[in-house]
Amino acid sequence: MAEGAAAIEAHGVGKRFGDRAALRDVSFSAAPSELLAVIGPNGAGKTTLLSILAGIREPDEGSVSVGGTVGWVPQAAALYRRLTVAENLRLFARLEGVADVEAAVERMLAQTSLGDRSDDQVGTLSGGNQQRVNIAIGLLSAPAVLLLDEPSTGLDPRQRERLWEFVLGLAGSGTTVIYSTHMLLEAERYGDRLLVLADGERVFDGTADALHAAAPGSEARDFEAAFVRFLAERGH
Amino acid sequence: MGTDVRWLLAKDLRILRRSPLIVGLLIVYPVALGVLIGFALSGDNSKPRVAFLNEVSSTQQFQIGSGDNEIDRDLARDELCSRVECVDVSSREEAVQKVEDGDVIAALILPEDLLDKLNSLATLNPQQPQVEVLVNQDDPLKASLVDDRIQALITEANLILAQKISDEAANYLDLLVKGGNFSIPLVGDVDILGLNRAATLLDGVAKDVPPDSPAADALAQVNKFARLAGDNLHFALPLLGAIAEPITVDKQVVAGDTAELDTFAIAVAVTVTLMFVTVLLVAGSLALEREENAFARVTRGTVGPGGLLTEKLLLGVVASLAVTLLLLVALTALVSIAWGRTPLILAAILVGGAGFAAFGAAIGASAKEVRASSLLAFMVSLPIAFLSLVPSGTVSAGVFHAIEIVRALFPFDPALDAMQGALDAGGPGLGVPLLHLALIVAAYGALARVALRRF
Repeated sequence: MAEGAAAIEAHGVGKRFGDRAALRDVSFSAAPSELLAVIGPNGAGKTTLLSILAGIREPDEGSVSVGGTVGWVPQAAALYRRLTVAENLRLFARLEGVADVEAAVERMLAQTSLGDRSDDQVGTLSGGNQQRVNIAIGLLSAPAVLLLDEPSTGLDPRQRERLWEFVLGLAGSGTTVIYSTHMLLEAERYGDRLLVLADGERVFDGTADALHAAAPGSEARDFEAAFVRFLAERGH
Repeated sequence: MGTDVRWLLAKDLRILRRSPLIVGLLIVYPVALGVLIGFALSGDNSKPRVAFLNEVSSTQQFQIGSGDNEIDRDLARDELCSRVECVDVSSREEAVQKVEDGDVIAALILPEDLLDKLNSLATLNPQQPQVEVLVNQDDPLKASLVDDRIQALITEANLILAQKISDEAANYLDLLVKGGNFSIPLVGDVDILGLNRAATLLDGVAKDVPPDSPAADALAQVNKFARLAGDNLHFALPLLGAIAEPITVDKQVVAGDTAELDTFAIAVAVTVTLMFVTVLLVAGSLALEREENAFARVTRGTVGPGGLLTEKLLLGVVASLAVTLLLLVALTALVSIAWGRTPLILAAILVGGAGFAAFGAAIGASAKEVRASSLLAFMVSLPIAFLSLVPSGTVSAGVFHAIEIVRALFPFDPALDAMQGALDAGGPGLGVPLLHLALIVAAYGALARVALRRF
């Protein structure tokens, strides 16, 4: 973990939905400029964890502390399809309390290369472009911590490359980025650290190399195989 | 939060503007419905259309006695057509056609022998006068209405005849008691002595008859009869007047403040519009926040679920105010609206709109998707509106009490009362229904707030 004060910390976070424990005693921290990849099987609690970190849900146990604003980009695009790109950005900038709304809108349009589509209704954009608007909304408040839930969903390879160039640039500028992904290649390639969840529990917190080494007999296997073996060894 | 609510409201209005089909359905449909009701009201509903065929000869008359009470075909027509909208026809076939086509609710035919039969009532060979009524009974409700109307007309006609006959009889009685001129056809005017004058003459004659004369007793008896008859027959005059209508009705309203029928119909049209526009719009708009996946993003900031709910209620009130005022303005061209009561009308619309908006929010928060919320809104609102129009006396007391409880749980009934009270000073008071609506806003608002926790 990088030295210095953590940008975000979670202590013993737990969440139940009825009888099902979606999260159990999950603790971690992330430093400024760090890219933390949250990975795990379906139903592991990744989206629940990110929604708690974003303040969408309250944890039933534990606490979350953040040293600044939090930007949140949900998995499914959260925007109004009958509004234009600019109208969406303007509305959410106002709701986020951004000081200079128009400047923030212009900045996001430039950063996401959507300036020429600013007056198009979002419903007319492709899935990939809608996702770009979705991410732009999450960045309006220039957050200290950016939460991305499956950000590559719906993006073609070129768009994914562009997205990660952008995200890496943010991290380089000091933004802490926590992202969940099913694509283990993305986790291995871009994540400074991996947080592995399974059945609501934190089962690993470390680098991709450390996880690879922790999976027995995985020296000659790729990262995905090592990950599957790692989980299997621990009964998940 | 106030500024945030304003931005959210502007957002929803902008989305509405870009959904012309939804705007069309929400605005044009209820306004068209209201205007149709207005058209129905602007025609004189108190006068049903009746085809009228008068086969009585224009030269014939029904004369009651020798006085001024005459009935001819024009009098009959005038009396009838002051109560219904007469559609003159020239033949029985034409009358039948109009009834079959629905142009008129019934046809009334005065046969050519009507006055002959009326005149025969004073002879030794009386015949029952009869009029012919043609009706279309394809609709039982309409058939019942027609029967009631025709029966009322015939009863009134008989009443008029009876009144004229009793008036003439009273004239005869008056002549008999007081004396005077009496005109006899082909003979001319005859001076009738009258019982009073006869008694006076007999008094004069009796003075000249010796008291012990046999004629004195007879004269005294006749004199006594004349005086008694003259004194007592005078009291029969009001009795004759009462024969025509022996029983009158004194109607007293002991319960229920009802507005005029036209005002009630306008209030129903306005409240139905208010209901459809507001409930569907708010339910759909709230459910849309979930469908667009925007709910969590919008409410994680300063707005919160409560702020979003407030904005949706405001949206409902704004839309309902606009559409309802539009409807009332459209109706003004057709019926009379008491615009002098505008502040009360606005209060009824605003609070009624808030009640329906809260109800719609509860539906939208529970249904969570636009199509389900629209369907649910429609399926719940329509039966409740029908229940609110069920009058007491048409079902048993127990059933009506249950209906009253159900009606009280929904905004339609108090909104209708508020609108009636706003439109007509003679309608229900505004205070109670407005308070009722305020409670409904609080209750359904709380329900919506709870449902949003699982949104």
